[in-house]
Amino acid sequence: MKIRAIIDMYIEGFRNMGKLGKKLWAIIIIKFIVLFVVIKMLFFPDILHEQFHSDKERADYVLKNLTGGGQ
Amino acid sequence: MNIDMSLVDWSRAQFALTAIYHFLFVPLTLGLSFIVAIMETIYVATGDEKWKEVTLFWMKLFGINFAIGLATGIIMEFEFGTNWANYSWFVGDIFGAPLAIEGIMAFFLESTFFAVMFFGWKRVSKKFHLLSTWLVAIGSNLSALWILVANGWMQHPVGMEFNPKTARSEMINFWDVIFNPNAVNKFLHTISAGYITSAIFVVAISSYFLLKSDKLRDFAKRSILVAASFGLITSGYNILTGDSSAYTIVHNQPVKLAAMEGLYKGKQGAEIVAFGILNPEKEVGDINEDFLVALSIPKALSILGYHKLDAYIPGLDDLVFGNEKYGIESAASKIEKGKKAVAALRAFKEAKKANDMPKAKAALEEFRKYEKYMGYGYLNDPKEIVPNVPITFYSFHLMVGLGIWFFVLMVVMLYKAMTGTLARSKTWLKLAFYSLPLGFLANEFGWIVAEVGRQPWAVQDLLPVKIATTHISTTSVMITFFMFAFIFTLLLIAEVRIMATQIKLKAQGGHNV
Repeated sequence: MKIRAIIDMYIEGFRNMGKLGKKLWAIIIIKFIVLFVVIKMLFFPDILHEQFHSDKERADYVLKNLTGGGQ
Repeated sequence: MNIDMSLVDWSRAQFALTAIYHFLFVPLTLGLSFIVAIMETIYVATGDEKWKEVTLFWMKLFGINFAIGLATGIIMEFEFGTNWANYSWFVGDIFGAPLAIEGIMAFFLESTFFAVMFFGWKRVSKKFHLLSTWLVAIGSNLSALWILVANGWMQHPVGMEFNPKTARSEMINFWDVIFNPNAVNKFLHTISAGYITSAIFVVAISSYFLLKSDKLRDFAKRSILVAASFGLITSGYNILTGDSSAYTIVHNQPVKLAAMEGLYKGKQGAEIVAFGILNPEKEVGDINEDFLVALSIPKALSILGYHKLDAYIPGLDDLVFGNEKYGIESAASKIEKGKKAVAALRAFKEAKKANDMPKAKAALEEFRKYEKYMGYGYLNDPKEIVPNVPITFYSFHLMVGLGIWFFVLMVVMLYKAMTGTLARSKTWLKLAFYSLPLGFLANEFGWIVAEVGRQPWAVQDLLPVKIATTHISTTSVMITFFMFAFIFTLLLIAEVRIMATQIKLKAQGGHNV
């Protein structure tokens, strides 16, 4: 299959998609927005990456917790 | 060390909630993909258009499940970074490789060929389309492999060494991680459980068609023939992999096994409890009876664990208080060694900070001596090593009971489909239909055994969950818990409604849209 044929397959596939397919794609898009934009950005920061600037700082923080100096 | 246990509990509850909901979608993807591939293979081999109709319908339900379940697992990765930062850092190097491979494989195999599977019917040859369907099935299952390798490592950490400078577990042998017996058995047992769930799904819906209408008799019979054959083979295989899983648990997680069997006092020639009601008053170390009622298979647990009739299987009392006669170390002794490991780690850290290399070297040597007990150093009471026995015991026994039922159901449905007596067997059709949720339930019970049974550990013997948790606000964890409960319930409702609409349309002889 050539590249053009692959692209055509996608274009035709989306163009001729039935009601069910459109509904599922709508669910996927809404879900991705809710998960990645709302939930991830507002509620789930990557604590170690946001609060520390280097792996050394991250290691020190975790080591502090593991040795009882943190928490 | 001041640890907010309500935060730990809420963080665990949140992870459990997301994992449980996520695993409602996964088994169907794992198994239905193969069932559809088998159906399409028959279509391509025979050229019979009725097999194409069968393939198309189940492929549609597979697509619905795939679309709605898509990315529900990513939430657990969010939680790792926020709620389980210590854990994420601790396991980072071990998880990095398998999860990266999973991401790449899933992307190339599933995403690419998924499009051909749904858009390519008229654009590619029958054989290429069939190949794509098989590759989607294989890709989905390989994704599960890498996730379960990571989970298997948490249950039995091998092929790694903890680096006290970076506070991370570093992989020293990739193949030990991949071929970790716990991971291999977990993968085979989990995917075969997914296959059975999918087989029941197809058999149950086909039974519904037979109960509703005569028009779909041929369609339903073909579906049941494929699904029940697949379900029967995978049920048998699932029993074998369950046996191997139990064997690895006996050797690597004896506390979990004792909790699964409600075994408090160890014994030679230990029995398996086929049915039992635990004594709710029973505590580790007391003299109360373990069970109010129990029906046991003599010697079966010793045979399962050591392939010997009279092998000694330690109970929870042995594992908590120790048993010199059988060389079982007490949890108190392990806690003492664990505290030495933690103290040595602290001394190493301080010596490095002070640039005192001889002291750091001595601390490191001391740490290596007690390293394998490190996690015990965070426990305060030997009884903390015991997970919730009733939850582990009942989940395990319900899972096994359901597994046996599925085997019987598959035998009967296959026999009836082959002898042409299926449509007349209203009772069996109803039993098959009502069994639909049971496959999903059995999977969840299996995960509860695996995850509740290994408490208090996030990483067996090395990192307890209370240390793995990030210290963030409990309220924020509670808020996101309820938020996820709401979102996942919405997704589940959407899945059930969309599928039910398609099934009803099919039953009415209407077009699938």
